[in-house]
Order: sequence, then C-alpha cells, then structure tokens
Amino acid sequence: METALFYDRLQFAFTITFHYLFPQLTMGLALLILYLKSRALWTNDEHFNNAARFWIKIFALSFAFGVVTGIPMEFQFGTNWAKFSELTGGVIGQTLAMEGLFAFFLESSFLGFLLFGEKKFGPRVHWMASLMLFLGSWLSGYFIMATNAWMQHPVAYTVAEDGIFHLTSLWGLLTNSWLVWQYAHNMTAAVATGSFVMAGVGAFYFLSNRHTDYAKTFLRTGVTAGAIASLLLVFPTGHENAKQVFEHQPVTGAAFEGLFQTERGAGMVLVGQPNMETLTIDNPITIPWGLSLLVYDELWAEVKGLDAFPRDEWPDNIPLLYYSYHIMAGLGTIFIAIMVPAMLLLWHGKLFKTKLVLWGILLITPFPYIATTAGWMTAELGRQPWLVYGLLRTSEGISPLVHSGNVLFTLIGFVGMYFLLGILFLFMFAETVSHGPEPQNAGGDAPVVHSPY
Amino acid sequence: METFWFVAVALMLAVYIVLDGFDFGTGIIYMFVAQTDEERRLTLNAIGPVWNGNEVWLLAGGGLLFFAFPKAYASGFSGFYLALILVLWLLMLRGIAIELRSHLDHPLWRPLWDVTFSVSSLLLAVVFGAAIGNLVRGVPLNAEGYFHTPFWTSFLPGPEPGILDLYTVSTGILSATVLSIHGAYYLAMKTEGDLYQRAHRFAKVGGWVLIPIILLNLLSLKNVQPILSANYSAYPIGYTIPLAAAVALGLMLYFGQKGRDTAAFFASCLFILAGIGITAWGYYPNLLISTTNQSYNLTIYNSATSAYGLQVGLIWFGIGFPLVLAYTIFMYRSFWGKVTPASLHESY
Repeated sequence: METALFYDRLQFAFTITFHYLFPQLTMGLALLILYLKSRALWTNDEHFNNAARFWIKIFALSFAFGVVTGIPMEFQFGTNWAKFSELTGGVIGQTLAMEGLFAFFLESSFLGFLLFGEKKFGPRVHWMASLMLFLGSWLSGYFIMATNAWMQHPVAYTVAEDGIFHLTSLWGLLTNSWLVWQYAHNMTAAVATGSFVMAGVGAFYFLSNRHTDYAKTFLRTGVTAGAIASLLLVFPTGHENAKQVFEHQPVTGAAFEGLFQTERGAGMVLVGQPNMETLTIDNPITIPWGLSLLVYDELWAEVKGLDAFPRDEWPDNIPLLYYSYHIMAGLGTIFIAIMVPAMLLLWHGKLFKTKLVLWGILLITPFPYIATTAGWMTAELGRQPWLVYGLLRTSEGISPLVHSGNVLFTLIGFVGMYFLLGILFLFMFAETVSHGPEPQNAGGDAPVVHSPY
Repeated sequence: METFWFVAVALMLAVYIVLDGFDFGTGIIYMFVAQTDEERRLTLNAIGPVWNGNEVWLLAGGGLLFFAFPKAYASGFSGFYLALILVLWLLMLRGIAIELRSHLDHPLWRPLWDVTFSVSSLLLAVVFGAAIGNLVRGVPLNAEGYFHTPFWTSFLPGPEPGILDLYTVSTGILSATVLSIHGAYYLAMKTEGDLYQRAHRFAKVGGWVLIPIILLNLLSLKNVQPILSANYSAYPIGYTIPLAAAVALGLMLYFGQKGRDTAAFFASCLFILAGIGITAWGYYPNLLISTTNQSYNLTIYNSATSAYGLQVGLIWFGIGFPLVLAYTIFMYRSFWGKVTPASLHESY
C-alpha cells in the first residue's frame, strides 16, 4: 500500500505540474489578447489585429496542449483517488461539474470563432470571441481554485457517519474566504507568465532586429502588464495568502519558513538548508524580527514553530516545501527587480535603447513558469499530510484496488508521453515565433493566412 | 431526483458519443477516403472547429457523474484503471495529431500524424464500445462496491471477466462500425468531389455490413445480461426505443441509397441516441452491475450524493445546460455547409 500511495502522489504531482504549464500561459494571454483586440477595434489599426493574430496562434497551441493534458486530471480523481472521490465528490464534484458546464464549453466554442471566424463574422464578433475566451478561461480557473480552496480550508460541509462529506451550502463553497486571495494570487501569476512571455518574444525580435514594430508593441504591453503583475504578486496577494496560511494552517507556515522552534520576534530565513536531523537551519542568513513583523505586523509577536505541533501533523516533506516557498518568493523579488525598472525606462522612452534590460527581459522568460510551479508546490506540499485539511489524510484517499505495479506502469507511460509532448510544444512554439507576426502576402494585397488544419 | 441526474448523465454521454463519434468515424476512414494532402486537410477542416467542443461533452458528462454519483464514479474509474489511462493516452495522441499535422510541410511529418490520427480514432471507437459492453455485462464488484479487472482473463463472460472478452470485443466492433458509417455520412455532408464520392460510397456499403453485426450483438445480449429485459417487461412503453432505433436505421439506409447524405447523417445520430437509450432504459436504476452478487450492484440510490447536493445542482444545471445547447447549436450553425479548397485559405 505504501508504494502505491507514493506512486499515486507522484503521478498526480507530475501530471498536474506539466498540465499547468499550459493554462497559466493561456489564462494570462487571454487578458493580453483581449487588450490587443480592444485596441484594434478602438483604433481600427491593423497593426494590433496582426499582433493579436500572432498571439492567438500561440494561445491556440498552448490551449491544445492544455486540453489534452487536462483530461487526465479529471480522470485521475476517479482512477487513482477513488476513495477521495467517493468521500468528497458531493462537495468538489459540484465545482468540477460546473467547470465543465460553464467554462469548458465557452472556451472550446469561442476558440473556434477566434481561429476560424474573423473573415466570416467581422471584427465585432471576433472581439467578442476574445472576450468570451477570456471569461471562459478565467472562470475555469475560478472553479478549479474553488475546489482547491475547499481542500485547503474546508467550509460548508458536514461529515456523515460513514465518513462521506456532504455539502451544506453551494454559496458557501463558492465564496470560501480562502478562495479570494488564492484566486487573486494565482491569476496574477498567470498574467505574469503571459506578459513575461509576450515581453520575452518582443525582446527576442527587437534584439535580433526583426519585426521591430511588433517587438515594440509586445514589449510595451508585456512590460507594463508584467511589472504590475509582479508588484501585485507580492503585495497584496502573496502577503495575504501567507497570512491566511499562518492563521488556518500554522504548522504549514512554520514549515514554509523553516521555523523549528516557537519564537518571539522570529527572524525570517532568506537562505539556509533545513536539517531534519537536528531540526535547525544550516548556514542561515536571517532578517531579524522579519517573520513576526510580516505575519503579525509586530516586532515581538510570537510565531509558533514546528515544535508546537504533533509530528504527525507536520507536512511530510519539509525541506522540499521550504525550498519551493523560498524559490517562489525569491523569484518574485527578482521579477520586480527586472520588470519595474523596465517599466520606468519605458515611460521615459529609454527602454528600446537599454540593451542590458532587454537581455534581462529575454532571459527571465521561463522563470514565471518555475515560480508558479514552486508556488503550487508550496500550496500542495503545505497541505500535506491532508487531502482535506485537518479532516482526511492523503493516505486514506487512494483507490483501494489499484496496486502499485499498475500505477508505476502508467506513471512511466505519462513521463514518456509528456516528454514527447514537451518536445513537440517547444518545437511548434519555436516554429511559430520564427515565422513571426507579419502577415504573408500571396502576391495580392490581402493578407493570406492558412487554416491551421 | 436521482432519476433526473441519471437521465442527465446518460444524455450528456449520449450526446458525446453522437458528436465525438462522427469525428472518431472521420478518423477511422480518413486514410482510405482522403487520399491527397488537400483532401486530408479538407477532412480535418470539416471537424476542425468542432472536435474540441465535442470532446468537452465527455468531460462534462464525467463531471456530472462525479458530482451526482461519486461512489459510482470512484468505483468505475478505479476499476477500469488501465483501460481508462489507455483512453487518455489515445485522446492525447489524437488531439495532438489533429492540431499539429498541417503546421509543417514535410514529407515525413504529415504521414506520421495521419496514421496517428487514424489509428487512435479506431482504437478509441473500439474501446468506448467495449466500455459499454463492460457496463452491460457487469463487473466483479465486491461488497465495498469496488472492483479491479484486468484487460483479459479467459475471454469468456463469467463472474471474473476481463475488460476484453468475446462479448465486449463484439460491442467494440459494433461501435467502430457504427461510428465509421456515422463519420462517413458527416464527411459526405461536409465535402464535394472525389472526397465526397468515396465517403458516400463507404457509408452506403457500410450500412449493409452493419446489419449482421447488430443482429449478432442482440442475440448475445440476452445470454450475457438477462436482467436488462426486466424494465422492458415492467414498462412495455420502453419498446418504443428499439423501435425508434430500427426506424432510424432504416431511414439511414434509405436516405443513403437516395444520396441524401445530410438526412442520412441525422438518421445516424438518431440511431446512436436510440441505441444508447435502449441500454439506459434496461440499465436503470443501476450504474454498475455486479457479476458476483446482484446485491453489490451500484445503483443511483446507493451511489448518489446528498439530497441537498442533488437539488442545488439543479440551479446551475438549469442555467448551464441551456447555455451549452445554445453555444453548440450556434457553433454548428456558424460552420454549417461544405468545406471547400478555397476555405483552407481564409481562416482570418
């Protein structure tokens, strides 16, 4: 049983991490595409339409990979986590079914319009399709976050004698207090990914002296949105998330920070390695009083350390949780350090002359993916050892009759399949970027763009 | 209330099979009827704007099952573990094949994805058919309501069957045949010229091959799962469903002979809906039938979530389902009509 649990966890972690590489880009781009389409509709400038078309192509590519890697997520609740599904389906089945009905149909229908419908239905319908796509993808994020928020901070339920969770208020489930900041933080992170990628492609074109007009548009849009998103990620959304973790999951908060002993005026560890033998941090570099100040706005506030909690309630991989949290927070700081100066340079009209910053923007492109992955690892490893925080342990959720050999078989299969998908995505992405945003003229005046199929 | 959700789940899955069914069918016949590169692109464009939306019906149906009958969802999905993961891999390969195939003009790239698309479509049609066969035949549920069944045991239905046995393989073949005809009529409806001719001929001939396969399945059904007939004896009004299926099949053959492909396609839709209706009528109120002990059956009553959950679901289902129908109808109306070579160059 022990190994089946391990492989079940690894398979879910692996498949969801890989899956989420795609939606974070599409949700972020959906907002930026809506902006570009609105500019195009407002100014009647074909430049913005071409820019939007280019990003719709990237969007469609990422969306397709998001769809095919997303289907396994819904299936795996049943295939690998049958007991969890049986016990909590009455609650989280609501949000997952609503996601299908309200978000997936919206997205998949209007993506068709966005890809095929511009010539046939005109600019207004095309703009509306981009709005619907934005709504659909953000609504999808909302229902998934509502599901996760309930697992982090269960509300609106009763537990029957047989251990089955029953929903008592749909409204309560959809307005879970945990959800507000978690959703805001996650969607801001998606905007960061979308805008960093847009700015990065802009920087790539600009520095290699190709498609310079479009490069400037991508950089202006990406840098502005990226700087705003980077700031919002730290304050208020990141800060408020950390506070609610310390309030409702104090043991998780202590593990984030590597705080083994309860302290007054607790310092905040910037760098250091958690030593699980001695229960201390090796080689710490610490900001004195930092943690007390951050969590309770008071220098001498007491912060509970891991020692205040029974060991069987500690997250089961504290070093990994600690590193995830620190990588997320560290990268968030670096994002601000690059994007905010870039925005200031942009305002003063100097960005396109400052090569060093443009190189920085180019090289930082993959890092929002890493930060977002680390952020989700923080949330999910932090929830351990629970599936439903404080109520249902992870070891109690797996499928009773699916043995470890089966799960290892499918895990290996997923690794192989996703390796292939990853290569294909990068290849197609590079192909699309090297093609560029300029419309091809087939002899005549009208731009000819071929059907994607 | 439980009955309402039984019908809703069955309906979502039936619509899924009708809609994604024609793009599976298109995939199965793709290599044969679409021979030039342009014909293949036309074929993919015939399903291009809709295939993804079609697949969402599976997700939404699965979501509804999860919400309304968590126990059945948990038991069924974990019990068919390997088969379902296999379905996932096939769905992935197929989706990627459709999306990537025409992006690159290289003599090795396109054939690779053409074969991937066609083979994965065929296997999916067989597996989904076998899945229905498994539901009908029953699975070895234990007293806790769980089961685990390997791909194959002795290939014979019995108390400890495998996912593939003689009966479920025959339902898989039935499903692949029905869907390839379904897809052929869809393609005939959407295309012109040589491509149209080949699709039309395939559907016409296929219709006659179908009849013996159906008869074989009907004959074995009575031996494999006798309890399905109980609802029909108790409520003879149910016999109108097989009657409707027979009429739909007759109409499909008739319109096919007359060359009225659109009408034949709709008759085929109706035939598939009625076919699933036949199963659902006999199956109610079960969600999974046990081969070991009838008292272990999972029904809509012992698998359902709480009364509050089912009731509050009506609110969002009442809003969401009409919206879904509206998008779907709007989509199909917008992309109605034949795809032509010129349409390959006007996506913007």
